[in-house]
Amino acid sequence: MGKTIAEKIFEAHLVDEPFGDVSVLKLDRVFCHEITTPTAIQDLVARGKDRVFDPDKIKAVIDHVTPAKDSKTAMQGKILRDWAIRHGIKDFFDIGRNGVCHAIFPEKGFVRPGFTIIMGDSHTCTHGAFGAFAAGVGTTDLEVGILKGVCTFKTPQTYKIAIIGSLKAGVYAKDIILKVIQELTVNGATNMVIEFTGNVVDEMNMDQRMTLSNMAVEAGATSGICLPDMTTVEYLWDFIKDEYESKEAALADFSKFKSDPDAEYAKTKTIDVSELCPLSTFGYKPDNVKPVSEMKGTKVDQVYIGSCTNGRLEDLRIAAKVLEGQKISEGLRGIVSPATPDIYSKALEEGIIKVFMDAGFCVTNPTCGACLGMSNGVLANGEVAAATTNRNFNGRMGKGGMVHLMSPATAAATAIKGEIVNSNLYAN
Amino acid sequence: MKEFKGKVLFLDRSDINTDEIIPAKYLTEIEKIAMKPHLLEDLKMEGFDPITDIDGKAVVVTRDNFGCGSSREHAPWALEVNGIHVVIAPSFARIFRQNMYNCGMLAIELDPDVISNIFAEFKAADTQISVDVEALEISIQSADKNKKIPFEISGFDKELIQTGGWVEYADQNY
Ligand code: SF4
Repeated sequence: MGKTIAEKIFEAHLVDEPFGDVSVLKLDRVFCHEITTPTAIQDLVARGKDRVFDPDKIKAVIDHVTPAKDSKTAMQGKILRDWAIRHGIKDFFDIGRNGVCHAIFPEKGFVRPGFTIIMGDSHTCTHGAFGAFAAGVGTTDLEVGILKGVCTFKTPQTYKIAIIGSLKAGVYAKDIILKVIQELTVNGATNMVIEFTGNVVDEMNMDQRMTLSNMAVEAGATSGICLPDMTTVEYLWDFIKDEYESKEAALADFSKFKSDPDAEYAKTKTIDVSELCPLSTFGYKPDNVKPVSEMKGTKVDQVYIGSCTNGRLEDLRIAAKVLEGQKISEGLRGIVSPATPDIYSKALEEGIIKVFMDAGFCVTNPTCGACLGMSNGVLANGEVAAATTNRNFNGRMGKGGMVHLMSPATAAATAIKGEIVNSNLYAN
Repeated sequence: MKEFKGKVLFLDRSDINTDEIIPAKYLTEIEKIAMKPHLLEDLKMEGFDPITDIDGKAVVVTRDNFGCGSSREHAPWALEVNGIHVVIAPSFARIFRQNMYNCGMLAIELDPDVISNIFAEFKAADTQISVDVEALEISIQSADKNKKIPFEISGFDKELIQTGGWVEYADQNY
């Protein structure tokens, strides 16, 4: 019997199977940010275990609330900063170099096919786009990851989702993943790994695959994996060219993790996206999904373009294409946060930032910011946001606020109109 | 080992997420106890008032997919500082469930029908639950009824409950 990519990664990293019911895996990466790591650091210090298993495998960033908004967030940043310095963690990204964790870590080449990765952040599943097993964990698991470089998981079952067909113009990876979550529901893939396959995924670039994998957790999944291929190799080439003779050699090496044709799947589903239209969420759960055309008349107070889901260069390019020569609606607030400094500076070079500013957007530094309702654009009670983020829970962007999730194209069109509408890139 | 018994808080809704359990704005708190007054404060549910309904409760009985959303361990901590060490549901989000055991607390899964029966028979009453981790048995008691329900947890989860956590276990073993 063949094996899935998740099973192969598990096998290659297995350290122990205590009591026969969980797998303890060796970790290739432990990622850290300033919201969930300080409590782990403080607990390690309190236990007299202020150690790290390998400073080169730990990567840290201040991204959620940056620059700090008050004394408490300043202290969280300080605890992380002091700890990184104390333990010689070289890849620590502070102000001026920092960006949203799930955008900056892949951009720096830290994620490779076949890796095991944990982080105290549920959207860690994003890194599965590279053919890695990447999962969000809580503080205690993070603590053990930092200390010992291991983590326990139940051997996950795999849900194979084939995305086939050809997308209409103006329909994007975000619309696909909203469709997947709508079909699976918010716990349809709990304790499972989603393996995204099919010609549409094969044709996607890495930014698009990351958008897809990013929201796997919104269907309950542990990780959302895309199989490594030449696109993955091309993306990583600058970082790996000293390790491999050629791109083909790198691909051959990465391919050892690919699922076998006769692998066994707990579930499979095929979604033909040829007729898919742009989608938006309408309630407080990410599986409350409707066509944008059915959201007509939904007035919006704030549009937010950014986050680990859709704050990458391609996302900004698409939004700028919609916004070019246009002004955002009177009374609407537009905020864009390029997810990393590199994205920001490329967007500057390409004139994208100018398009946003001319349209009336506020351009913020790279940060999670408004996405989690802690800073940089918190909603007032009763306000409505259209956002390219990944979570629409009640109060997510501010107590009493409503969040509608959508693609950057739809969000940009919504900013111009003042209510949720399809973009002119969608020709139906 | 923590104490696993006391009055029951019934939360009759599925998909209660971590933002509802403890809103993101309290994630800047570094002390667990600071979360105490904010448990479930954003949970909008008919017949539930976080100000009056949480006090004195030790066990939560709820529906599917409890704890979905963020990875924040602040969710189990917010329960813990309110004296709630047990959550019983048909299913949990993976990270929340693991966080509970990592903190030495119980997230017990029961068949959806069994949970529905507990709601039907005990929700209205002043109900107490006590969990025997050795015997793997839940005792439910109200003024006029009582019931015993068996449950299962894995050997590893039981070890975490009994030794009080994964940090010590991992540091000794790996
Ligand atoms: S952008 Fe939003 S979802 Fe992504 S890591 Fe930051 S807070 Fe979490």
